[in-house]
Amino acid sequence: MTTETGLYDRIQEIRARYPDSLSAVMPALQLAQVEHGGWLPPEAFREVADALDLTPAYCLSIASFYDMFRLEPVGDTVVEVCTNISCGLEGAQQVVEAFEQELDLHAGETSEDGRFTLRTVECIGGCGWATVVAVNNRHRLHVKTSDVPALVAELRGETAEGDDGDGS
Amino acid sequence: MATAREVVFAGTDGGALTDIGAYEAAGGFQALAKARAMAPDDVIEELNASQLRGRGGAFFPTGRKWSFVPKPEQLAKPHYLVVNADESEPGTFKDREIMQRVPFRFLEGCLIAAHAIQSMHVFVYIRGEYEQEFEVLRDSLEAMRAKRLLGDVTIVIHRGAGAYICGEETALLESLEGRRGQPRTKPPFPAIAGLYAAPTAVNNVESITTATSVLELGGEAYAKLGVENSTGTRVFSLSGNVVNGGNYELPHGFPLKELIFDVGGGIAGGRTLKAVIPGGSSTVVLTAEEVERATLDFDSLTSLGTAIGSAAVIAIDDRCCMVQLGIRVSQFYEHESCGKCTPCRVGTRWLTQVLQKIEDGRGAQADLDLLLDVCDRILGKCLCPLGDSDAIAVASYVDKFRDEFQAHIDHGGCPLGGSSSLEGILAPVATHAHAGHGHDEPDHAEHEAVHA
Repeated sequence: MTTETGLYDRIQEIRARYPDSLSAVMPALQLAQVEHGGWLPPEAFREVADALDLTPAYCLSIASFYDMFRLEPVGDTVVEVCTNISCGLEGAQQVVEAFEQELDLHAGETSEDGRFTLRTVECIGGCGWATVVAVNNRHRLHVKTSDVPALVAELRGETAEGDDGDGS
Repeated sequence: MATAREVVFAGTDGGALTDIGAYEAAGGFQALAKARAMAPDDVIEELNASQLRGRGGAFFPTGRKWSFVPKPEQLAKPHYLVVNADESEPGTFKDREIMQRVPFRFLEGCLIAAHAIQSMHVFVYIRGEYEQEFEVLRDSLEAMRAKRLLGDVTIVIHRGAGAYICGEETALLESLEGRRGQPRTKPPFPAIAGLYAAPTAVNNVESITTATSVLELGGEAYAKLGVENSTGTRVFSLSGNVVNGGNYELPHGFPLKELIFDVGGGIAGGRTLKAVIPGGSSTVVLTAEEVERATLDFDSLTSLGTAIGSAAVIAIDDRCCMVQLGIRVSQFYEHESCGKCTPCRVGTRWLTQVLQKIEDGRGAQADLDLLLDVCDRILGKCLCPLGDSDAIAVASYVDKFRDEFQAHIDHGGCPLGGSSSLEGILAPVATHAHAGHGHDEPDHAEHEAVHA
């Protein structure tokens, strides 16, 4: 984990890419989210605000607009199942239910041990390869209900081995 | 079918050209050299001759769009090229494959376009969910920098963070400026006052990549591909109930039926085709009978009352309940509405609620008219087409499958009796509304009556 000054300096690097420093707010929040284990606690907004001469409230107003910024803690492994129409037509709901069963979670929930979050998401751009499941933002294609137990076992193995970052 | 000529994916042989040496060996960067030896206006003329039209959905002529950007001597502000890689229209996944398989052809196109509009600054706004594609672009850009191919141009890859609305060009510019992605009023158009209120061209990934091919082949030669008013090839995203979903680059004018039944291997499980969404979720649905007559080009689809849109073809088999399809589409637009314009923010929610009421068997005869009335109250009444997309789609389901909607009302519920392919599908917006309750069936439509 990088220190807070590390984050500040990295935000300055990003800031220099843009003619207007306000443009750096989204990439800065993305960095902060990785630093904070996949979500944005209140101090993350203070850090980003300090680095870009903004207010924490402004940073929150940005984060709250975009789905990929998370305002609550998430599990180490975030499993997102696309349930938009193309995946839906090919059985995405059964895939969601298989994950609910294997992970013992309802969609939208995080496990009490903090290892898994299960969500349904809108189209993530893999429609011809349904059902698409994003695991920490890496896409698994053609996921079928019958694949889910092995996939969850694999993920449990990965997270048990100790965490090697946030999947990025 | 194997005779189809690839332009966007030329030289890939079904694989990826992600090695800069291999791309150069395949003739890469020659189009850029050619363009840089030309006057900017001549590059635009080449695009005009190709009759290339925007591949993001609006089908606006690319050369003409570039010609709207004032010359530096006319407007002494920095000029910007912004590439829209925020591909999010349900059914569409072509730009992703283009960035993965021909990243250099895409980035070469960025430099050609920058030359044409005399811009030194390129921003590629890529949707946040495309992490692997971002990495491919980042590495490719690094390889080009090492070979000093960028000249004085800077290319910044800017990652989105999950908002469909940012595919709308002015919302994208707001987002890139560090604001919430809410559309602007037009005029002024981005060509005059776009990014940082400076002249800006906003183009789709496939348009930009195709520009490379246009320079390589010559505009007139490119225009010979495809059909009148829809020149060239197109990367069609095929999904839904087909055997072989995927992206297929084919000439415009290709028969829709052949795309589904020959290229796509037909409908899975030996079932029957019921309907096709031809250009992404926001386009008017086609019945199986209309599919027989449709070709994949602007004129044919316009004459059938729909649009080629983002060239995302979604095949739907006979297991799908069209009311449920309407609910799911409407839930998407409800979720993605930025909230700025009331007809969209409220109307998309109403559409979901009325459709849910019909699906649940609580629909009254008047609800069919109510649905169309709500659609009418959204259409053309907002700053951007997001709400329109929902209204156009839903109204087309009611219009073309009216008997099925009527059956829901007559029989007090879904005639498919729980066997629809979309039965119980859980939209993110439904989990938001019931945080902590998982997937308990929402009945909020009951409590929040629609006052029309």
